[in-house]
Amino acid sequence: MSTAMLEEYANREYEFGFVTDIEMEMVPPGLNEDTIRLISAKKKEPEWMLEWRLKAYRHWLTMEEPAWPNVEYPPIDYQKMVYFAAPKSDADRPKSLDEVDPELLKTYEKLGIPLKEQEMLAGVAVDAVFDSVSVATTFKSKLADMGIIFCSFSEAVLEHPDLVKKYLGSVVPYSDNFFATLNSAVFSDGSFVYIPKGVRCPMELSTYFRINAMNTGQFERTLIVADEGSYVSYLEGCTAPMRDENQLHAAVVELVALGDATIKYSTVQNWYPGDLETGKGGIYNFVTKRGKCDGPRSKISWTQVETGSAITWKYPSCILKGADSVGEFYSVALTKGRQQADTGTKMIHIGKNTTSTIISKGISAGRGQNTYRGQVKILRGADGARNFSQCDSMLIGDQCGAHTFPYIDVNNPTARMEHEATTSKIGEDQLFYCNQRGISTEDAVSMIVNGFCKEVFRELPMEFAVEAQKLLEINLEGSVG
Amino acid sequence: MSAILEIKDLCASVEGNEILKGISLTINPGEVHAIMGPNGSGKSTLAQVLAGREEYEITSGEVLYKTEDLTDMDPEERAREGIFLAFQYPVEIPGVSNTYFLKAALNAIRKHRGEKEIDAVDFLRLVREKMKLVHMDESLLRRPVNEGFSGGEKKRNEIFHMAVLEPTLGLLDETDSGLDIDALKVVAEGVNVLRQDDRSFVVITHYQRLLNYIVPDFVHVLVDGRIVRSGGKELALELEEKGYSWLEAEVGALATA
Repeated sequence: MSTAMLEEYANREYEFGFVTDIEMEMVPPGLNEDTIRLISAKKKEPEWMLEWRLKAYRHWLTMEEPAWPNVEYPPIDYQKMVYFAAPKSDADRPKSLDEVDPELLKTYEKLGIPLKEQEMLAGVAVDAVFDSVSVATTFKSKLADMGIIFCSFSEAVLEHPDLVKKYLGSVVPYSDNFFATLNSAVFSDGSFVYIPKGVRCPMELSTYFRINAMNTGQFERTLIVADEGSYVSYLEGCTAPMRDENQLHAAVVELVALGDATIKYSTVQNWYPGDLETGKGGIYNFVTKRGKCDGPRSKISWTQVETGSAITWKYPSCILKGADSVGEFYSVALTKGRQQADTGTKMIHIGKNTTSTIISKGISAGRGQNTYRGQVKILRGADGARNFSQCDSMLIGDQCGAHTFPYIDVNNPTARMEHEATTSKIGEDQLFYCNQRGISTEDAVSMIVNGFCKEVFRELPMEFAVEAQKLLEINLEGSVG
Repeated sequence: MSAILEIKDLCASVEGNEILKGISLTINPGEVHAIMGPNGSGKSTLAQVLAGREEYEITSGEVLYKTEDLTDMDPEERAREGIFLAFQYPVEIPGVSNTYFLKAALNAIRKHRGEKEIDAVDFLRLVREKMKLVHMDESLLRRPVNEGFSGGEKKRNEIFHMAVLEPTLGLLDETDSGLDIDALKVVAEGVNVLRQDDRSFVVITHYQRLLNYIVPDFVHVLVDGRIVRSGGKELALELEEKGYSWLEAEVGALATA
């Protein structure tokens, strides 16, 4: 896989002469209409795209940063940020793995990541020798044969403007919320996927295959459209912790599932959580993810494993518009050290006989704070709507916190709602019981936590599930005793 | 032949309260010792101290296990060295199947002994064989550890774990409490099958009735943190007849004398 990534990376730079161009003309920090015009011009965007960005920006100026999430952070100075960061030049990068934070390397080692990939992830300037056959290219041509479009967002704006115009902002409008609106104004890049009618995407689509995902910067934008009767499973992120100079990440993900289509979106997020003691340097991950089940019997399933970032603020949601459509949300969020997470989902039932399932598992260790915030809304016309929610929290140690805010809003008397919530503590009793059977405390903690998260892990694609388990283990090392 | 366990003048306390006040006991290979006594006499504390529970502080005395100082060892080390505690209140571990748990335990012990991990087929064979000992339903294997088990199922599961892990020293902490007579027989039978020359047991119980089925070599009576009387199996019968009060009175008289 590493070779494929490297090759694409190299090709892309070559193709666009990207790096040199930008280095000569750095966009200065600060945000105004000129910044946006400059970003758009650099991406050679058509006029309509620029207009959309500007519309978002003007709206953003009228908005205030939300204060309701249960997280704390110092105020962000939006005029000090760089909105179009050039990829680092080789001169700025570490020359070899010897110059990389040993803690990071230890984690790579534990995850069993090949050396080449370690270098990529740590941003080492590699002088790589490629295999003659690129895995990614092979996959891409196979997908293209089936009519599947899988490319960077910028490419889609240029190559498939009709599709982008039709669906961009159709689920998360440019005016949606402070961070989504900011993203709409300044988004850097991201992924675009279109699955044609009746096509079942034969492989899990992963950002892994698309190296520019590594440099999409802080404002990533993803749009996935599954046309009638199609199926796609998309994997975002990777288990290896990635360093990033940008502290604020405000991504937007929009999913559109037409009649009888299914989108399965899985995320493993492991951004740098910051210093364990102070939380310094950690990423703020303020993401807007939403899917629309637009046609009958469509289905959108979100699965997320959130272990990184200093602050996570995200609510992957489903708008269940089509009759008999299905929304699912499976989540594991782990906070330790000084991490804070305010995450959950929204299920908006509009169509008849729509169903939603919410399984949320929050784990707090150290001084981590974990909040589940979810909304289930049943509109008047949603006859026979059903929801099942289960929110479980697990506490490790006595300095962490778990909070649950379920909002339920039912406007149709035929709706059926079920809500279950539990809070448990990894007790001394459980650990002693495991110890007494010969199992070490560390193994016991990971066993107990994995048991706790089982219902979510089994929703992940096989390979991802194994990695996610390992990731939790590594993250929990030393959290007890 | 050296003793499996040698306890010398052991004193232990919890949160500053002294519970064990000078216990001495020697257990040789193959022996079954019953420890009886009224509630609050320190029976369970003794079991917890031997298994290495941190909250219990050893204030003085010595415990040698196979001639080594036991007090230096972590609970998991003790377990790997062959000490097994059948808990009075086994805890639930949601989402972790009984089989998975037991396999992890067995492999931790095997690794400690320098043996390689047991493969899935051999493990299944072993588990099936041991299950029969305690007449345990196979569905309990796939279910999460102790979750939703009845009281009797939990106790049976403890004996089942013991059968699979094959300890050198089995500590049974009031395994009979809450069991009906049929379950009691099954549990006792499980223990009896495991009795052998190089394996010893400490059976802690409040009632004599378990000792009808697990016949001990020695009976010790614990009152207020001390062994006030030791004898053969007939001592249990005497206690059954007279209760604990006459011994408690004796201890009281000694203390005031």
